[in-house]
Amino acid sequence: MEILKTYKLYIGGQFPRTESGRTYPVLAADGSHVANACLASRKDVRNAVQAARKAQGSWAGKSAFNRSQIAYRIAEILETRKVQFITELLEMGLEKQSAEKEVQMSIDRCVYYAGWADKYQALISSVNPVASSHFNFSSPEAMGVVGIVACQQTALLGLISQILPIIIGGNTVVVIANTQQPLCAISFAEVLATSDVPGGVVNILTGEVGELLPTLAGHMDVNALSLAPISTELSIAAQEAAVDNLKRVRIYTEPLYVKSAQGLTYISDFQEIKTTWHPIEQIAGGAGGY
Amino acid sequence: MLGNLSTPELSALLALSPSIDQIGTLERIARIQARSIKGAAKIQGLRMALSMIDLTTLEGKDTPAKVRQLCFKAQHLHDQAPDLPTVAAVCVYPTMVGVAKKALGASGIKVASVSTAFPSGQAPFEVKKLDTLYALDHGADEIDMVISRGRFLAGDYQFVYDEIAAIKALCGAARLKVIFETGELDSLDQVRRISDLAIAAGADFIKTSTGKIQPAATFPVVHTMLSAIKDHFDKTGQMIGMKPAGGISSSKLALQHLLMVNEVLGEAWLTNEWYRFGASSLANDLLMQYQKQLTGKYQSAAYFSID
Repeated sequence: MEILKTYKLYIGGQFPRTESGRTYPVLAADGSHVANACLASRKDVRNAVQAARKAQGSWAGKSAFNRSQIAYRIAEILETRKVQFITELLEMGLEKQSAEKEVQMSIDRCVYYAGWADKYQALISSVNPVASSHFNFSSPEAMGVVGIVACQQTALLGLISQILPIIIGGNTVVVIANTQQPLCAISFAEVLATSDVPGGVVNILTGEVGELLPTLAGHMDVNALSLAPISTELSIAAQEAAVDNLKRVRIYTEPLYVKSAQGLTYISDFQEIKTTWHPIEQIAGGAGGY
Repeated sequence: MLGNLSTPELSALLALSPSIDQIGTLERIARIQARSIKGAAKIQGLRMALSMIDLTTLEGKDTPAKVRQLCFKAQHLHDQAPDLPTVAAVCVYPTMVGVAKKALGASGIKVASVSTAFPSGQAPFEVKKLDTLYALDHGADEIDMVISRGRFLAGDYQFVYDEIAAIKALCGAARLKVIFETGELDSLDQVRRISDLAIAAGADFIKTSTGKIQPAATFPVVHTMLSAIKDHFDKTGQMIGMKPAGGISSSKLALQHLLMVNEVLGEAWLTNEWYRFGASSLANDLLMQYQKQLTGKYQSAAYFSID
Protein backbone atom coordinates (compact mmCIF):
# COMPACT_ATOMS: atom_id res chain seq x y z
CA MET A 1 0.00 0.00 0.00
CA GLU A 2 1.30 3.43 -0.87
CA ILE A 3 1.17 5.87 2.02
CA LEU A 4 0.99 9.49 0.95
CA LYS A 5 2.65 11.95 3.28
CA THR A 6 0.74 14.87 4.76
CA TYR A 7 2.96 17.92 4.57
CA LYS A 8 2.26 20.16 7.54
CA LEU A 9 3.75 23.29 9.06
CA TYR A 10 6.66 23.35 11.49
CA ILE A 11 6.00 25.54 14.54
CA GLY A 12 7.66 25.31 17.93
CA GLY A 13 9.12 21.88 17.19
CA GLN A 14 5.69 20.48 16.31
CA PHE A 15 4.08 19.70 12.98
CA PRO A 16 0.61 21.26 13.21
CA ARG A 17 -1.84 21.71 10.37
CA THR A 18 -2.57 25.32 9.52
CA GLU A 19 -5.00 26.94 11.93
CA SER A 20 -7.07 27.92 8.89
CA GLY A 21 -7.53 24.33 7.73
CA ARG A 22 -6.67 25.32 4.14
CA THR A 23 -4.43 23.46 1.72
CA TYR A 24 -3.14 23.97 -1.81
CA PRO A 25 -1.93 21.46 -4.37
CA VAL A 26 1.77 21.10 -5.06
CA LEU A 27 2.37 20.27 -8.69
CA ALA A 28 5.32 18.50 -10.23
CA ALA A 29 7.14 19.99 -13.21
CA ASP A 30 4.96 17.88 -15.52
CA GLY A 31 1.79 19.29 -13.93
CA SER A 32 0.87 16.16 -11.97
CA HIS A 33 -0.40 16.47 -8.40
CA VAL A 34 2.40 15.49 -6.00
CA ALA A 35 0.95 16.42 -2.61
CA ASN A 36 -1.10 18.95 -0.71
CA ALA A 37 0.66 21.59 1.36
CA CYS A 38 -0.78 23.75 4.13
CA LEU A 39 -1.90 27.20 3.05
CA ALA A 40 -0.80 29.02 6.21
CA SER A 41 -2.70 32.02 7.55
CA ARG A 42 -1.75 35.09 9.58
CA LYS A 43 -2.64 33.23 12.77
CA ASP A 44 0.00 30.65 11.92
CA VAL A 45 2.44 33.56 11.56
CA ARG A 46 1.40 34.74 15.01
CA ASN A 47 1.89 31.28 16.50
CA ALA A 48 5.24 30.85 14.79
CA VAL A 49 6.55 34.21 16.02
CA GLN A 50 5.40 33.35 19.52
CA ALA A 51 7.30 30.05 19.37
CA ALA A 52 10.38 31.75 17.93
CA ARG A 53 10.36 34.38 20.68
CA LYS A 54 10.02 31.77 23.36
CA ALA A 55 12.97 29.81 22.02
CA GLN A 56 15.28 32.76 21.36
CA GLY A 57 16.68 33.46 24.82
CA SER A 58 17.89 29.97 25.55
CA TRP A 59 19.12 29.44 21.96
CA ALA A 60 21.26 32.57 22.11
CA GLY A 61 22.35 31.52 25.59
CA LYS A 62 23.82 28.23 24.41
CA SER A 63 27.55 28.21 23.98
CA ALA A 64 28.78 28.97 20.46
CA PHE A 65 30.46 25.58 20.44
CA ASN A 66 27.15 23.89 21.19
CA ARG A 67 25.39 25.76 18.36
CA SER A 68 28.21 24.60 16.11
CA GLN A 69 27.69 20.97 17.11
CA ILE A 70 23.97 21.26 16.45
CA ALA A 71 24.56 22.75 12.98
CA TYR A 72 26.94 19.93 12.22
CA ARG A 73 24.28 17.50 13.36
CA ILE A 74 21.87 19.04 10.83
CA ALA A 75 24.41 18.19 8.13
CA GLU A 76 24.71 14.63 9.43
CA ILE A 77 20.95 14.02 9.35
CA LEU A 78 20.65 15.71 5.96
CA GLU A 79 23.29 13.33 4.67
CA THR A 80 21.29 10.30 5.79
CA ARG A 81 18.19 11.66 4.04
CA LYS A 82 19.93 12.55 0.79
CA VAL A 83 17.83 10.21 -1.33
CA GLN A 84 14.57 11.69 -0.13
CA PHE A 85 15.63 15.23 -0.98
CA ILE A 86 16.95 14.22 -4.38
CA THR A 87 13.65 12.49 -5.16
CA GLU A 88 11.70 15.58 -4.15
CA LEU A 89 13.90 17.82 -6.29
CA LEU A 90 13.53 15.47 -9.28
CA GLU A 91 9.76 15.75 -8.92
CA MET A 92 10.14 19.52 -9.10
CA GLY A 93 11.77 19.10 -12.48
CA LEU A 94 15.48 19.20 -11.72
CA GLU A 95 17.90 17.05 -13.72
CA LYS A 96 19.41 14.23 -11.68
CA GLN A 97 22.83 15.85 -11.68
CA SER A 98 21.51 19.24 -10.56
CA ALA A 99 19.44 17.63 -7.82
CA GLU A 100 22.40 15.72 -6.46
CA LYS A 101 24.53 18.83 -6.62
CA GLU A 102 21.97 20.94 -4.78
CA VAL A 103 21.65 18.45 -1.92
CA GLN A 104 25.43 18.09 -1.66
CA MET A 105 25.90 21.85 -1.57
CA SER A 106 23.18 22.12 1.09
CA ILE A 107 25.03 19.68 3.31
CA ASP A 108 28.30 21.50 2.72
CA ARG A 109 26.66 24.79 3.65
CA CYS A 110 25.52 23.41 7.00
CA VAL A 111 29.04 22.24 7.77
CA TYR A 112 30.41 25.59 6.60
CA TYR A 113 28.26 27.57 9.04
CA ALA A 114 28.84 25.01 11.81
CA GLY A 115 32.46 26.05 11.51
CA TRP A 116 31.63 29.73 11.82
CA ALA A 117 29.60 29.41 15.04
CA ASP A 118 32.45 30.16 17.45
CA LYS A 119 34.56 32.29 15.13
CA TYR A 120 32.50 35.15 13.73
CA GLN A 121 32.40 36.92 17.11
CA ALA A 122 36.13 37.50 17.09
CA LEU A 123 36.10 38.80 13.52
CA ILE A 124 33.34 41.38 13.95
CA SER A 125 34.29 42.54 17.43
CA SER A 126 36.66 45.39 18.05
CA VAL A 127 38.50 47.28 20.73
CA ASN A 128 37.98 50.95 19.97
CA PRO A 129 40.40 53.78 20.61
CA VAL A 130 38.67 56.49 22.66
CA ALA A 131 39.95 59.76 24.10
CA SER A 132 38.80 59.17 27.64
CA SER A 133 39.67 56.84 30.48
CA HIS A 134 37.53 54.00 29.21
CA PHE A 135 38.17 50.56 27.89
CA ASN A 136 35.82 50.63 24.90
CA PHE A 137 34.86 47.51 23.02
CA SER A 138 32.17 46.34 20.60
CA SER A 139 30.80 42.86 20.23
CA PRO A 140 27.94 41.24 18.29
CA GLU A 141 24.67 40.04 19.75
CA ALA A 142 21.79 38.18 18.12
CA MET A 143 19.00 40.47 16.92
CA GLY A 144 16.20 38.20 18.13
CA VAL A 145 13.43 36.86 15.92
CA VAL A 146 14.10 37.10 12.18
CA GLY A 147 11.43 36.69 9.49
CA ILE A 148 12.60 35.00 6.29
CA VAL A 149 11.04 34.87 2.86
CA ALA A 150 12.89 31.96 1.34
CA CYS A 151 14.40 31.88 -2.11
CA GLN A 152 11.61 31.13 -4.60
CA GLN A 153 13.94 29.74 -7.27
CA THR A 154 15.26 26.71 -5.39
CA ALA A 155 13.55 24.40 -2.96
CA LEU A 156 16.40 23.56 -0.59
CA LEU A 157 19.72 25.31 -1.07
CA GLY A 158 18.37 28.86 -1.00
CA LEU A 159 16.39 28.07 2.14
CA ILE A 160 19.40 26.64 3.95
CA SER A 161 21.62 29.50 2.78
CA GLN A 162 19.29 31.93 4.54
CA ILE A 163 18.43 29.95 7.67
CA LEU A 164 21.84 28.68 8.73
CA PRO A 165 23.83 31.92 9.08
CA ILE A 166 20.94 33.55 10.95
CA ILE A 167 20.47 30.80 13.52
CA ILE A 168 24.21 30.29 13.92
CA GLY A 169 24.23 33.89 15.15
CA GLY A 170 21.79 33.07 17.97
CA ASN A 171 18.62 34.28 16.27
CA THR A 172 15.44 32.29 15.85
CA VAL A 173 13.54 32.39 12.56
CA VAL A 174 10.09 32.25 11.02
CA VAL A 175 10.37 31.15 7.40
CA ILE A 176 7.90 31.51 4.58
CA ALA A 177 8.96 28.68 2.29
CA ASN A 178 9.10 28.55 -1.49
CA THR A 179 5.40 28.68 -2.40
CA GLN A 180 5.53 26.52 -5.53
CA GLN A 181 8.04 24.02 -4.16
CA PRO A 182 7.37 23.71 -0.43
CA LEU A 183 8.02 19.99 0.03
CA CYS A 184 11.76 20.19 0.61
CA ALA A 185 11.22 22.88 3.23
CA ILE A 186 8.94 20.65 5.28
CA SER A 187 11.24 17.67 4.81
CA PHE A 188 14.05 19.91 6.03
CA ALA A 189 11.89 20.66 9.07
CA GLU A 190 11.89 16.92 9.76
CA VAL A 191 15.67 17.03 9.63
CA LEU A 192 15.71 19.92 12.11
CA ALA A 193 13.29 18.13 14.41
CA THR A 194 15.63 15.17 14.64
CA SER A 195 18.92 17.00 14.92
CA ASP A 196 18.95 18.57 18.40
CA VAL A 197 17.76 21.96 17.16
CA PRO A 198 15.48 23.07 20.00
CA GLY A 199 11.81 23.50 19.04
CA GLY A 200 10.97 27.07 18.02
CA VAL A 201 14.46 27.98 16.75
CA VAL A 202 13.33 27.37 13.17
CA ASN A 203 9.64 27.65 12.25
CA ILE A 204 8.55 26.97 8.69
CA LEU A 205 5.29 28.02 7.05
CA THR A 206 4.07 27.12 3.58
CA GLY A 207 1.67 29.37 1.71
CA GLU A 208 1.35 32.59 -0.25
CA VAL A 209 4.13 35.12 0.35
CA GLY A 210 1.71 37.91 -0.49
CA GLU A 211 -0.66 36.81 2.26
CA LEU A 212 1.85 36.04 5.00
CA LEU A 213 4.59 38.62 4.53
CA PRO A 214 2.57 41.75 5.49
CA THR A 215 1.67 40.16 8.84
CA LEU A 216 5.23 39.03 9.45
CA ALA A 217 6.68 42.39 8.41
CA GLY A 218 4.24 44.30 10.61
CA HIS A 219 4.66 42.05 13.63
CA MET A 220 6.10 44.10 16.50
CA ASP A 221 7.91 41.08 17.93
CA VAL A 222 9.95 40.40 14.79
CA ASN A 223 13.30 42.17 14.86
CA ALA A 224 14.54 41.78 11.28
CA LEU A 225 13.61 40.49 7.84
CA SER A 226 15.68 38.48 5.39
CA LEU A 227 14.07 38.68 1.97
CA ALA A 228 15.04 36.61 -1.03
CA PRO A 229 14.08 38.24 -4.35
CA ILE A 230 10.31 38.91 -4.43
CA SER A 231 8.13 41.31 -6.42
CA THR A 232 8.83 45.03 -6.01
CA GLU A 233 5.33 45.72 -4.66
CA LEU A 234 5.68 43.07 -1.95
CA SER A 235 9.13 44.23 -1.07
CA ILE A 236 8.00 47.87 -0.71
CA ALA A 237 4.98 46.85 1.37
CA ALA A 238 7.22 44.78 3.65
CA GLN A 239 9.67 47.62 4.13
CA GLU A 240 6.86 50.02 4.98
CA ALA A 241 5.32 47.61 7.47
CA ALA A 242 8.75 47.08 9.01
CA VAL A 243 9.09 50.74 9.97
CA ASP A 244 6.97 50.70 13.14
CA ASN A 245 9.50 48.83 15.24
CA LEU A 246 12.52 49.70 13.09
CA LYS A 247 13.14 46.20 11.78
CA ARG A 248 16.34 45.70 9.90
CA VAL A 249 15.42 44.59 6.40
CA ARG A 250 18.02 42.80 4.32
CA ILE A 251 16.95 42.23 0.72
CA TYR A 252 19.13 39.79 -1.18
CA THR A 253 19.21 40.60 -4.83
CA GLU A 254 22.01 38.17 -5.60
CA PRO A 255 21.12 34.48 -6.02
CA LEU A 256 21.45 32.52 -2.76
CA TYR A 257 21.75 29.12 -4.39
CA VAL A 258 25.24 29.53 -5.81
CA LYS A 259 28.51 28.38 -4.34
CA SER A 260 29.67 31.89 -3.52
CA ALA A 261 26.54 32.84 -1.54
CA GLN A 262 28.07 32.09 1.81
CA GLY A 263 30.31 34.00 4.15
CA LEU A 264 30.65 36.11 7.24
CA THR A 265 28.40 38.89 5.98
CA TYR A 266 25.40 36.57 5.92
CA ILE A 267 25.95 36.13 9.66
CA SER A 268 26.76 39.74 10.49
CA ASP A 269 23.71 40.94 8.54
CA PHE A 270 21.67 39.81 11.53
CA GLN A 271 23.88 40.80 14.41
CA GLU A 272 23.45 43.86 16.58
CA ILE A 273 26.69 45.47 17.69
CA LYS A 274 26.87 46.35 21.36
CA THR A 275 29.50 48.82 22.47
CA THR A 276 30.60 48.86 26.08
CA TRP A 277 32.35 51.74 27.84
CA HIS A 278 34.18 50.33 30.80
CA PRO A 279 35.74 52.92 33.10
CA ILE A 280 39.43 52.40 33.83
CA GLU A 281 41.71 54.26 36.16
CA GLN A 282 43.86 56.86 34.56
CA ILE A 283 47.31 55.45 34.58
CA ALA A 284 49.82 57.90 36.06
CA GLY A 285 51.29 60.02 33.30
CA GLY A 286 48.36 59.26 31.02
CA ALA A 287 50.29 57.61 28.25
CA GLY A 288 49.02 54.14 28.98
CA GLY A 289 45.59 52.68 28.46
CA TYR A 290 43.86 51.92 25.22
CA MET B 1 -28.97 32.45 59.84
CA LEU B 2 -25.75 33.27 57.97
CA GLY B 3 -22.69 32.06 59.74
CA ASN B 4 -24.29 30.23 62.67
CA LEU B 5 -25.55 26.91 61.41
CA SER B 6 -25.39 24.02 63.85
CA THR B 7 -23.88 20.72 62.77
CA PRO B 8 -27.22 19.06 61.91
CA GLU B 9 -28.30 22.15 60.00
CA LEU B 10 -25.02 22.22 58.10
CA SER B 11 -25.31 18.50 57.31
CA ALA B 12 -28.81 19.07 56.03
CA LEU B 13 -27.59 21.92 53.85
CA LEU B 14 -24.67 19.97 52.39
CA ALA B 15 -26.92 17.00 51.72
CA LEU B 16 -28.63 19.24 49.20
CA SER B 17 -25.43 19.85 47.23
CA PRO B 18 -26.07 18.11 43.93
CA SER B 19 -23.46 15.83 42.46
CA ILE B 20 -21.96 17.19 39.27
CA ASP B 21 -22.71 15.80 35.84
CA GLN B 22 -19.16 15.80 34.56
CA ILE B 23 -19.95 14.93 30.95
CA GLY B 24 -22.70 17.51 30.71
CA THR B 25 -20.37 20.11 32.22
CA LEU B 26 -17.62 19.34 29.72
CA GLU B 27 -20.05 19.49 26.80
CA ARG B 28 -21.39 22.84 27.88
CA ILE B 29 -17.86 24.19 28.25
CA ALA B 30 -16.88 22.87 24.83
CA ARG B 31 -19.79 24.76 23.28
CA ILE B 32 -18.79 27.96 25.03
CA GLN B 33 -15.15 27.56 23.98
CA ALA B 34 -16.10 27.01 20.35
CA ARG B 35 -17.48 30.52 20.07
CA SER B 36 -15.46 33.24 18.51
CA ILE B 37 -15.49 36.87 19.64
CA LYS B 38 -14.29 39.44 17.16
CA GLY B 39 -14.25 43.14 16.42
CA ALA B 40 -16.13 45.53 18.68
CA ALA B 41 -17.28 42.73 21.00
CA LYS B 42 -13.68 41.63 21.46
CA ILE B 43 -12.54 45.14 22.30
CA GLN B 44 -15.34 45.47 24.82
CA GLY B 45 -14.50 42.07 26.32
CA LEU B 46 -10.80 42.89 26.62
CA ARG B 47 -11.56 46.17 28.39
CA MET B 48 -13.99 44.41 30.69
CA ALA B 49 -11.46 41.72 31.57
CA LEU B 50 -8.83 44.37 32.31
CA SER B 51 -11.19 46.12 34.72
CA MET B 52 -11.78 42.82 36.53
CA ILE B 53 -8.17 41.95 37.28
CA ASP B 54 -6.83 41.60 40.80
CA LEU B 55 -3.22 42.36 39.90
CA THR B 56 -1.31 40.00 42.11
CA THR B 57 2.12 39.52 43.59
CA LEU B 58 2.40 36.80 46.22
CA GLU B 59 6.04 35.85 46.44
CA GLY B 60 8.31 35.31 49.37
CA LYS B 61 10.68 37.74 47.67
CA ASP B 62 8.16 40.60 47.45
CA THR B 63 9.65 43.90 48.56
CA PRO B 64 7.99 47.27 49.16
CA ALA B 65 9.56 48.49 45.92
CA LYS B 66 8.09 45.56 43.98
CA VAL B 67 4.66 46.28 45.43
CA ARG B 68 4.93 49.99 44.64
CA GLN B 69 5.89 49.07 41.09
CA LEU B 70 2.85 46.81 40.81
CA CYS B 71 0.62 49.59 42.17
CA PHE B 72 2.02 51.97 39.57
CA LYS B 73 1.26 49.44 36.88
CA ALA B 74 -2.27 49.04 38.24
CA GLN B 75 -2.84 52.76 37.67
CA HIS B 76 -0.94 53.09 34.39
CA LEU B 77 -1.62 49.91 32.45
CA HIS B 78 -0.49 51.25 29.11
CA ASP B 79 -0.51 55.02 28.91
CA GLN B 80 -0.03 54.95 25.13
CA ALA B 81 -3.59 53.64 24.85
CA PRO B 82 -5.98 56.36 26.01
CA ASP B 83 -9.08 55.75 28.16
CA LEU B 84 -8.09 52.33 29.42
CA PRO B 85 -9.81 51.16 32.59
CA THR B 86 -7.66 50.43 35.62
CA VAL B 87 -7.57 47.02 37.24
CA ALA B 88 -10.00 46.31 40.08
CA ALA B 89 -7.55 45.65 42.86
CA VAL B 90 -4.01 44.86 43.84
CA CYS B 91 -3.58 41.62 45.76
CA VAL B 92 -0.67 41.26 48.20
CA TYR B 93 0.43 39.64 51.45
CA PRO B 94 -0.72 41.32 54.71
CA THR B 95 2.74 42.80 55.35
CA MET B 96 2.50 44.70 52.06
CA VAL B 97 -1.01 46.09 52.54
CA GLY B 98 0.22 49.36 54.06
CA VAL B 99 2.65 49.93 51.20
CA ALA B 100 0.01 49.18 48.57
CA LYS B 101 -2.60 51.32 50.28
CA LYS B 102 -0.26 54.30 50.29
CA ALA B 103 0.89 53.75 46.72
CA LEU B 104 -2.65 53.51 45.38
CA GLY B 105 -3.87 56.60 47.26
CA ALA B 106 -7.14 57.93 45.94
CA SER B 107 -6.99 55.98 42.67
CA GLY B 108 -10.08 53.97 43.61
CA ILE B 109 -8.17 50.71 43.10
CA LYS B 110 -8.81 48.39 46.01
CA VAL B 111 -6.25 46.57 48.10
CA ALA B 112 -6.90 42.89 48.61
CA SER B 113 -4.87 40.96 51.13
CA VAL B 114 -4.48 37.22 51.31
CA SER B 115 -4.91 35.95 54.80
CA THR B 116 -5.34 33.01 57.20
CA ALA B 117 -1.84 31.64 56.69
CA PHE B 118 -1.96 31.79 52.89
CA PRO B 119 -1.30 29.65 50.93
CA SER B 120 -1.47 26.47 53.07
CA GLY B 121 -3.92 27.60 55.73
CA GLN B 122 -2.04 25.38 58.16
CA ALA B 123 -1.96 27.58 61.25
CA PRO B 124 -3.94 27.75 64.49
CA PHE B 125 -7.04 29.90 64.31
CA GLU B 126 -5.53 32.54 66.62
CA VAL B 127 -2.75 33.09 64.11
CA LYS B 128 -5.23 33.30 61.23
CA LYS B 129 -7.24 35.83 63.18
CA LEU B 130 -4.19 38.01 63.84
CA ASP B 131 -3.18 37.65 60.19
CA THR B 132 -6.57 38.96 59.08
CA LEU B 133 -6.72 41.75 61.67
CA TYR B 134 -3.25 42.90 60.67
CA ALA B 135 -4.34 43.25 57.05
CA LEU B 136 -7.56 45.03 58.02
CA ASP B 137 -5.72 47.41 60.38
CA HIS B 138 -3.46 48.43 57.53
CA GLY B 139 -6.41 49.24 55.35
CA ALA B 140 -7.20 46.14 53.29
CA ASP B 141 -10.47 46.59 51.38
CA GLU B 142 -10.80 42.90 50.66
CA ILE B 143 -9.64 39.74 52.41
CA ASP B 144 -8.74 36.62 50.41
CA MET B 145 -8.77 33.81 52.97
CA VAL B 146 -7.82 30.18 52.37
CA ILE B 147 -9.88 27.35 53.80
CA SER B 148 -8.39 24.51 55.85
CA ARG B 149 -8.28 21.93 53.06
CA GLY B 150 -7.01 19.20 55.36
CA ARG B 151 -10.01 19.59 57.67
CA PHE B 152 -12.39 19.78 54.72
CA LEU B 153 -11.02 16.61 53.14
CA ALA B 154 -11.20 14.90 56.53
CA GLY B 155 -14.92 15.68 56.57
CA ASP B 156 -14.74 18.23 59.38
CA TYR B 157 -17.15 20.59 57.63
CA GLN B 158 -18.24 22.33 60.81
CA PHE B 159 -14.67 23.40 61.50
CA VAL B 160 -14.25 24.87 58.02
CA TYR B 161 -17.65 26.54 58.25
CA ASP B 162 -16.95 28.10 61.65
CA GLU B 163 -13.59 29.35 60.51
CA ILE B 164 -15.05 31.14 57.47
CA ALA B 165 -17.88 32.57 59.59
CA ALA B 166 -15.42 33.82 62.23
CA ILE B 167 -13.20 35.54 59.65
CA LYS B 168 -16.27 37.05 58.01
CA ALA B 169 -17.27 38.48 61.38
CA LEU B 170 -13.86 40.20 61.63
CA CYS B 171 -14.08 41.69 58.15
CA GLY B 172 -16.76 44.31 58.76
CA ALA B 173 -17.02 46.40 55.61
CA ALA B 174 -14.19 44.55 53.88
CA ARG B 175 -15.39 41.97 51.38
CA LEU B 176 -14.38 38.38 52.02
CA LYS B 177 -13.16 36.10 49.25
CA VAL B 178 -12.85 32.45 50.20
CA ILE B 179 -10.14 30.46 48.40
CA PHE B 180 -10.84 26.74 48.02
CA GLU B 181 -7.61 25.62 46.34
CA THR B 182 -9.65 23.36 44.08
CA GLY B 183 -6.48 21.65 42.80
CA GLU B 184 -6.37 19.89 46.18
CA LEU B 185 -10.06 18.97 46.35
CA ASP B 186 -9.98 16.09 43.86
CA SER B 187 -13.54 16.10 42.51
CA LEU B 188 -16.17 18.48 41.19
CA ASP B 189 -18.59 17.18 43.81
CA GLN B 190 -16.21 18.40 46.50
CA VAL B 191 -15.94 21.75 44.75
CA ARG B 192 -19.71 22.05 44.75
CA ARG B 193 -19.91 21.07 48.43
CA ILE B 194 -17.32 23.62 49.56
CA SER B 195 -19.00 26.29 47.40
CA ASP B 196 -22.31 25.74 49.16
CA LEU B 197 -20.58 25.65 52.52
CA ALA B 198 -18.62 28.87 51.99
CA ILE B 199 -21.63 30.73 50.67
CA ALA B 200 -23.66 29.66 53.71
CA ALA B 201 -20.84 30.77 56.00
CA GLY B 202 -20.92 34.29 54.59
CA ALA B 203 -18.42 34.45 51.71
CA ASP B 204 -18.86 37.54 49.52
CA PHE B 205 -16.75 35.97 46.78
CA ILE B 206 -15.68 32.40 46.15
CA LYS B 207 -12.27 31.93 44.59
CA THR B 208 -10.75 28.86 42.99
CA SER B 209 -7.10 28.82 43.89
CA THR B 210 -4.06 30.32 45.50
CA GLY B 211 -2.08 30.23 42.26
CA LYS B 212 0.52 28.04 43.99
CA ILE B 213 -0.94 24.68 42.93
CA GLN B 214 -1.84 23.20 39.55
CA PRO B 215 -4.46 22.63 38.24
CA ALA B 216 -6.02 25.91 39.26
CA ALA B 217 -8.93 27.73 37.60
CA THR B 218 -10.00 25.08 35.11
CA PHE B 219 -13.25 25.53 33.22
CA PRO B 220 -15.10 22.61 34.88
CA VAL B 221 -14.19 23.90 38.35
CA VAL B 222 -15.25 27.46 37.55
CA HIS B 223 -18.44 26.22 35.95
CA THR B 224 -19.26 24.21 39.07
CA MET B 225 -18.70 27.22 41.32
CA LEU B 226 -20.77 29.48 39.06
CA SER B 227 -23.60 26.95 39.21
CA ALA B 228 -23.47 27.02 43.02
CA ILE B 229 -23.71 30.82 42.91
CA LYS B 230 -26.63 30.58 40.50
CA ASP B 231 -28.54 28.10 42.66
CA HIS B 232 -27.98 30.28 45.72
CA PHE B 233 -29.19 33.34 43.82
CA ASP B 234 -32.29 31.55 42.56
CA LYS B 235 -33.10 30.46 46.10
CA THR B 236 -32.34 33.65 48.03
CA GLY B 237 -31.89 36.51 45.55
CA GLN B 238 -28.45 37.19 47.04
CA MET B 239 -25.54 37.71 44.62
CA ILE B 240 -22.16 36.13 45.37
CA GLY B 241 -19.00 37.12 43.52
CA MET B 242 -16.65 34.78 41.65
CA LYS B 243 -12.90 34.93 41.28
CA PRO B 244 -11.02 32.37 39.21
CA ALA B 245 -7.30 32.59 39.92
CA GLY B 246 -4.26 30.81 38.55
CA GLY B 247 -3.70 29.60 35.03
CA ILE B 248 -5.69 32.25 33.18
CA SER B 249 -2.86 33.96 31.38
CA SER B 250 -4.22 34.56 27.89
CA SER B 251 -6.90 36.87 26.56
CA LYS B 252 -8.57 34.00 24.80
CA LEU B 253 -9.11 32.14 28.07
CA ALA B 254 -10.26 35.28 29.84
CA LEU B 255 -12.87 36.01 27.15
CA GLN B 256 -14.10 32.43 27.32
CA HIS B 257 -14.50 32.76 31.07
CA LEU B 258 -16.54 35.93 30.57
CA LEU B 259 -18.75 34.09 28.09
CA MET B 260 -19.30 31.38 30.66
CA VAL B 261 -20.21 33.86 33.41
CA ASN B 262 -22.63 35.58 31.09
CA GLU B 263 -24.22 32.30 30.16
CA VAL B 264 -24.45 30.77 33.63
CA LEU B 265 -25.11 33.85 35.76
CA GLY B 266 -26.08 36.60 33.36
CA GLU B 267 -25.05 40.16 32.65
CA ALA B 268 -25.43 41.39 36.22
CA TRP B 269 -22.18 39.59 37.10
CA LEU B 270 -20.19 41.20 34.27
CA THR B 271 -18.70 43.89 36.46
CA ASN B 272 -15.72 43.95 38.79
CA GLU B 273 -18.16 44.26 41.67
CA TRP B 274 -19.04 40.57 41.14
CA TYR B 275 -16.34 39.04 39.01
CA ARG B 276 -12.55 39.13 39.24
CA PHE B 277 -9.57 37.48 37.65
CA GLY B 278 -6.68 36.68 39.97
CA ALA B 279 -3.71 37.12 37.67
CA SER B 280 -0.41 38.76 37.04
CA SER B 281 0.61 38.02 33.45
CA LEU B 282 -2.95 38.20 32.06
CA ALA B 283 -2.94 42.01 32.12
CA ASN B 284 -0.14 42.31 29.58
CA ASP B 285 -1.69 39.79 27.23
CA LEU B 286 -5.00 41.66 27.34
CA LEU B 287 -3.17 44.91 26.64
CA MET B 288 -1.28 43.40 23.72
CA GLN B 289 -4.47 41.99 22.24
CA TYR B 290 -6.21 45.33 22.76
CA GLN B 291 -3.40 47.15 20.98
CA LYS B 292 -3.56 44.57 18.19
CA GLN B 293 -7.26 45.34 17.75
CA LEU B 294 -6.50 49.06 17.51
CA THR B 295 -3.48 48.89 15.21
CA GLY B 296 -3.98 45.63 13.30
CA LYS B 297 -0.43 44.60 14.16
CA TYR B 298 0.63 41.76 16.41
CA GLN B 299 2.41 43.16 19.46
CA SER B 300 5.65 42.53 21.30
CA ALA B 301 6.08 42.22 25.05
CA ALA B 302 9.10 44.50 24.66
CA TYR B 303 6.78 47.51 24.42
CA PHE B 304 4.74 46.75 27.54
CA SER B 305 5.65 47.14 31.18
CA ILE B 306 7.25 44.23 32.98
CA ASP B 307 4.77 42.22 35.04
